[in-house]
Amino acid sequence: MSPPHGGDDDTRKRAAQPIRAYGDRMGDGAVQLSFTLPVAASARAKEAARRYAEGLGLKHVLVTAMEAAGREFSFFVVYGKSDIVIDYGVIEVPEVKSAERTPKEINDVIKKQLGRRVVVVGACTGSDAHTVGIDAILNMKGFAGDYGLERYPWFEAYNLGSQVPNDVLLQKAIDQRDDAILVSQVVTQRDVHRENSRHFIDEAKRRGVHGKQLLLLGGPRVDHKLALELGFDAGFGPGTKPSDVANFIVHRLLQRRGAPP
Amino acid sequence: MEALPIDPAVVAECRALAARVADGVGRFIQAHSTVSIERTVLRAYGAHGADPDGVPLVNTCVARLQAAGQLGLGAAHALGRELLRGAATIQEAAEALAYGAPPEPPGPGDNLETIRRALAPYTAEALAVIDRSREHREADRERLGTGPTPLKYVIVATGNIYDDADQARAAAQAGADIIAVIRSTAQSLIDYVPIGATTEGYGGTWATQENFRIVRAALDDEQERLGRYLQQVNYSSGLCMPEIAYLAAVERLDMLLNDAMYGILFRDINPRRTLCDQYFSRRVIARAGIVINTGEDNYLTTADAVEAAHTVVASQFINEAFAHAAGLPDELMGLGHAFEIDKGLEDSFLLEIAQAQLVRQLFPKHPIKWMPATKHKTGDIFLAHRVDGLYDLVGVATGQSIELLGMMTEAIHNPYLHDRFVAIKGADYVFRAARHLGDELRWNPDGLVVRRAREVLASAHALLRETVEEGLWSAIARGVFADVKRPETGGRGLEGVFARAPEYLNPVLEALEETP
Repeated sequence: MSPPHGGDDDTRKRAAQPIRAYGDRMGDGAVQLSFTLPVAASARAKEAARRYAEGLGLKHVLVTAMEAAGREFSFFVVYGKSDIVIDYGVIEVPEVKSAERTPKEINDVIKKQLGRRVVVVGACTGSDAHTVGIDAILNMKGFAGDYGLERYPWFEAYNLGSQVPNDVLLQKAIDQRDDAILVSQVVTQRDVHRENSRHFIDEAKRRGVHGKQLLLLGGPRVDHKLALELGFDAGFGPGTKPSDVANFIVHRLLQRRGAPP
Repeated sequence: MEALPIDPAVVAECRALAARVADGVGRFIQAHSTVSIERTVLRAYGAHGADPDGVPLVNTCVARLQAAGQLGLGAAHALGRELLRGAATIQEAAEALAYGAPPEPPGPGDNLETIRRALAPYTAEALAVIDRSREHREADRERLGTGPTPLKYVIVATGNIYDDADQARAAAQAGADIIAVIRSTAQSLIDYVPIGATTEGYGGTWATQENFRIVRAALDDEQERLGRYLQQVNYSSGLCMPEIAYLAAVERLDMLLNDAMYGILFRDINPRRTLCDQYFSRRVIARAGIVINTGEDNYLTTADAVEAAHTVVASQFINEAFAHAAGLPDELMGLGHAFEIDKGLEDSFLLEIAQAQLVRQLFPKHPIKWMPATKHKTGDIFLAHRVDGLYDLVGVATGQSIELLGMMTEAIHNPYLHDRFVAIKGADYVFRAARHLGDELRWNPDGLVVRRAREVLASAHALLRETVEEGLWSAIARGVFADVKRPETGGRGLEGVFARAPEYLNPVLEALEETP
């Protein structure tokens, strides 16, 4: 799920479009789910699973599998149908918007229109020790065949690694006068990623970086909407390629200069 | 499986080169010690407890000796002197060092032999505690027996040790052989071992002696019901690597994540610190009969699994050489590797087989630790479950010893209870269905698998040769392993490394070094 690069068409009024989950026929509302109940597998447990699924709002519930996942735990696979209808027409989701340039085009446009290298710094901040996300974006190697920003001749990319305190990352960004700061948050247990991201933004505001340097948030539980809510300029979720990030940064820098993005 | 036709002379040369790599830093290791090694010595002698702020007694002792400029003699030296000056017990001696008058320098009567003699009964007991734990474990294992290989290894990581114990039981009931309790995310970087049972952690649960006991007690109980020996795993890594090794040894843990280079590369722990600590911890581990799990799988999470395959093999040879140098037999070396090749690549399955069989063959007696795909799992649990099926197939066909089961919810959350159940059920099916697959297959001598295995071995050989020429410090600093660059004097924990004085005393280490 890479962030789609759209035009500016999502502001126009959309017609109502009621939809339901699709299984075998339009409008059947068929869903599948699986869960564990903390009771031993038995006929009673199976009935409990059926009722639980009904409690979730499903009808025509079918418990297709019950397995003893332990002496006191049973695991269920359940199918059911839901009457829920949602109107797709009213759904608005902010999307990261930028032109879709290839890495070569990105380099060319920086060279021609900005005439200087774009400096970015990134880190996995707080107690998070997982560098897989920030490495995929910044390191030479990149991700899924898409080279990392280190390999862009017109980018100067610094990867500070993991467990970097927010203020250390910000200080480095201030010292280097970075164009963009990338914050990666992989560990999400008990929403530690939100807490730490909020702290980062508070700190960025305190140091006057907020609104000056581009602040980007990335991670498996991150999306653009969440990032905007937290006060970042953009958010990047799973499947994001380095060129998605490069496109966004260049797009914004050009916008700021009043150049056609 | 039929052996791949690779040149045994190249393999022998890799081993010899790796031994030279380890030798190259051996002198440094023998001439130095660290704060964590000295704290372990104090623990082994029986010093325990913490002050009201939770600072362990052994930390305060060692910090004070270091501040007084006396740590070069070793913590045992100071402890022995306290005994000679009238301390009735080890605990009293350690408390005097930590909380009493500032430590005095040795006097004229404090010769090494006298101090060594004062410590002798405690040194014997320190080793006896480890030996008794080993005998206990081995008796249980002998009596109950273990499952067929690949052994099924799963992780629990709730943050609450009591929930971990419940989940460990459920996993065992579902068929798991080995339970690892993942540590709280930043524990490798804190320079002390917390005390007591813990119920809060991030991304995992704190490693403490009490937490080890709680999980072992649950497994002790569960294994009697199941009639199958259950193994517990934790992490002897990070700044407290030797201390965790000791606590694991006395609490009967079965396996420890322990790697000569992992902490340097992935936790930015100082290289000197890590190499000293891994030596001492492996001495303890060897005496305790614990299986180490090395961390080469991690290389492939940062570097590409096709391009960097040879760095895994080279590192395995180096880990083996360091482990040999610390007295660890092959049978205790769970060298790690992983199924991390890009799933979008044609014939990635054949490349995985080539690597898995190569590793199996290069390290025939070693309980190889086989790790699942993580990097190329993105939240599509259905595809992930199928990826894990192929992983299981390679595992059983190539005879991997320990298999950390892949989770279909990798990249989403720490495994739910039923994620483990589904993984175990799937692995059981594949292992059963393909139990003797390996016996039926013969290699195409001109095929992709043989070619790939030879290529990886040749590149590993070249890399080992380079590493010998430039030395391990420089190779690590240059980013040879995992594309991560770590200078010799960078990273965390360097201030905890010190040169052993000529009069340095460490009877615990001496006894461990005498272990046959």
